Amino acid sequence: MDSIWVLAEQSGGSPLGIVLELLTAARSLVGAGTVEAFTWGAGGAEVARVLGEYGATKVYDAGDIGDSLPGPRVAAAIAHQIAAGGAPRAIFVPTTYDGRDIAGRLSVRLDRPVLTNVVGLTAEGADLITEHAIFGGSQVLKARFTSDGPGIYVIRAKSFAAEPAESAGVSDVVAVELPETGATDAAKIAGRHVEAQSGPKLDDASVVVSGGRGLASAENYAWIEELARLLGGAAGASRAIVDAGWVPYSHQVGQTGKTVKPTVYIAAGISGATQHMVGMKGAKNIIAINKDPDAPIFSIADLGVVGDVSKVLPKLIDVIKSRQA
Amino acid sequence: MNVAVCVKQIPDPVEPYKLDPNTHSLVRDGKLVLDDSDTYGVEMALQLVEAAGGGDVVLISMAPNGETSGLRTALAMGAASAVLVSDPVLSGSDALGTAKVLAAAVRTLDPAPDLVLTATESTDGYTGTTPVQLAELLGWPSVTFAKHVEVKDGSVKVARQTEAGYDEVTSPLPSVVSVTAGVVEPRYPSFKGIMAARSRPVSEHTVSSLGIEEAQVGFKGARQEVVVVQASEARSAGEIIVDEGEAHERVVAFLEQIKVL
Repeated sequence: MDSIWVLAEQSGGSPLGIVLELLTAARSLVGAGTVEAFTWGAGGAEVARVLGEYGATKVYDAGDIGDSLPGPRVAAAIAHQIAAGGAPRAIFVPTTYDGRDIAGRLSVRLDRPVLTNVVGLTAEGADLITEHAIFGGSQVLKARFTSDGPGIYVIRAKSFAAEPAESAGVSDVVAVELPETGATDAAKIAGRHVEAQSGPKLDDASVVVSGGRGLASAENYAWIEELARLLGGAAGASRAIVDAGWVPYSHQVGQTGKTVKPTVYIAAGISGATQHMVGMKGAKNIIAINKDPDAPIFSIADLGVVGDVSKVLPKLIDVIKSRQA
Repeated sequence: MNVAVCVKQIPDPVEPYKLDPNTHSLVRDGKLVLDDSDTYGVEMALQLVEAAGGGDVVLISMAPNGETSGLRTALAMGAASAVLVSDPVLSGSDALGTAKVLAAAVRTLDPAPDLVLTATESTDGYTGTTPVQLAELLGWPSVTFAKHVEVKDGSVKVARQTEAGYDEVTSPLPSVVSVTAGVVEPRYPSFKGIMAARSRPVSEHTVSSLGIEEAQVGFKGARQEVVVVQASEARSAGEIIVDEGEAHERVVAFLEQIKVL
C-alpha cells in the first residue's frame, strides 16, 4: 500500500497543531497514494472533520481508551489494523510525550526501527529522506530506512507549516478494535492535573523569554516569567536549570525539550549549548543577554547584550511596565 | 526491593562531538563518561531502595568497547553492581537494537528487578524511545517522563509530565519508569564511595552470551543509513553591545522595530 498514516493525537476534542503540520507534510510526500489518520480519544466526528480538512481521506479511530496510557493500547491497535488491512508505507508520529511512547511500542510490535527528531522530509523516488539537525543545528544529517516498511518517523513540531488541503473531506471513518494488551497496559491514570497557565503555550507563543544558569538562582526565574507576561509570551528554560530543578521539564527548550519558532526569542543568561540552540535557532529574531562575550549564543543573536542579566532584566521589565501603565 | 537502572556512557559533552566520516556514527574513541541524565535515575533508585528498607541497585549498560569509567561513577554513588554488555558488533546499534540488548541483560538479573529506571533520553543520541521499547520487549507496563516516583504496596505511583500539567499514574511492578532530569538531587560520590566502587562487581556479557543474533544489533540491525551530512544554513551574528547601564533601552528599541512593542 502506498499510503502515509499520521498519528492524530487529540487534546480537548481537537487534533494537536503538530498533527495538522504532519498531515500537510504527508500530502506533499505521498505522491499517488493517500494520506490517512490514526486517532484515539473522545473527539470522534469533529476530530475526523478537521483531519479531513487537512487532507486525511480516511480516519482510523480506536475510540476512547479510558484511563489507559496511550502507548501500549494505541500501538496494539495500529499493529492490529496493519495485520488486518495492510501496512502503510510510512507512519508519521508527532514528537510528544504520548507520541514517543506509541512509536517505541509500535517499533517492537512491528520489529521496525524508528527515525526520531526528524525536522524535514523529502521524497526521492520511492524513498523518504529524513533530515535531522545535529551539533546544535550547525549540520543537517539526512537518513533513510533500508528495510521494508512501514517506516516509523517521529517528527518534531514546527518542522512543517500546516495548511488546509484544497479538496477536503473524510470519506471514511473506520472504527478500530482495541486488542488485548495484557500486562503492558497495566499502568493506569488515577488522576489528571492541569496546571494553571496564563498566556500562550510555549509551542505557540510569538514571544519566548528563556532563562539559564546566568540567572544565578531559582528565585530569579521570576524575571523571566514577568518579562514573558509583559510581552504576551511564554517562559522557557535551558536544560541546565531544568536539570538543577529550578523549573519543570515542560519549560525546556532544546534538543531534549521543545522546539520553538517565535517572532522573537529572548535568551537571558543562556550560553548557547548546542543542545539548546537546536530548539530555538528557527526564531525570527533572537536577543541574547549574557555576561560572557564569548558565549556561543551571540553567534546567532540579532541583538546581543554583553551584560549581567540581574542588571539588565529588572530595568527592561521596569521600562516596559511604565510604557504599558 | 531491587531496582535496575539503565545507564549510558557517552563521549564527554564538554568536548565537541564528531562523526566518523565513513560510518557517520558518533566517534566514541575517547574517554566515556556517565551521561548526566542518568544520574537522576541512579539517585532515584538509591532513594527507593533505602525507603523500601532493603534491596540493591544494579546498573545495566551497553558499550562497544568495554568502557567502565562511567559505570564506576554510578557505582560510587552507591549502586551495588553492574552488568555491562560490550561487543564490537554493537557499534552502530539504533534504539531498537539497544533495547533488545538491555532487555536481554535485564533477564539475566537474579533476583529479577522489581523496577527498571531509565532517563527519558540520552544526551548523545536523544532518540527517547529506548525505555518503551525495552518495556514492550519485556512485556511490562511503562510510565515515561516521571517527575515524581513512589513505590507502595507492590505498585509504583508516578507523576507523569503531560502537555497540560501532569497525570497521576499507578503501575503494578515490575515496570519500566523513565525519569526527567531534576526530579531528585543526584548525590556526589564520596571518597569512600569511590574507593568502594573499585571492588564492586561488573559482570560482562557479549551479544552471543546473551543469546542475541548479531543481525539484530549494530549497523545491520539498525536497518537505516545516513545519506549525507552537510552544513546547515548559517545564521550570522548581528549587533553586539556591551551593557553600560543603558542596554535595556536598545532592547526596547529592537522590540519596537520588530513590532513586538
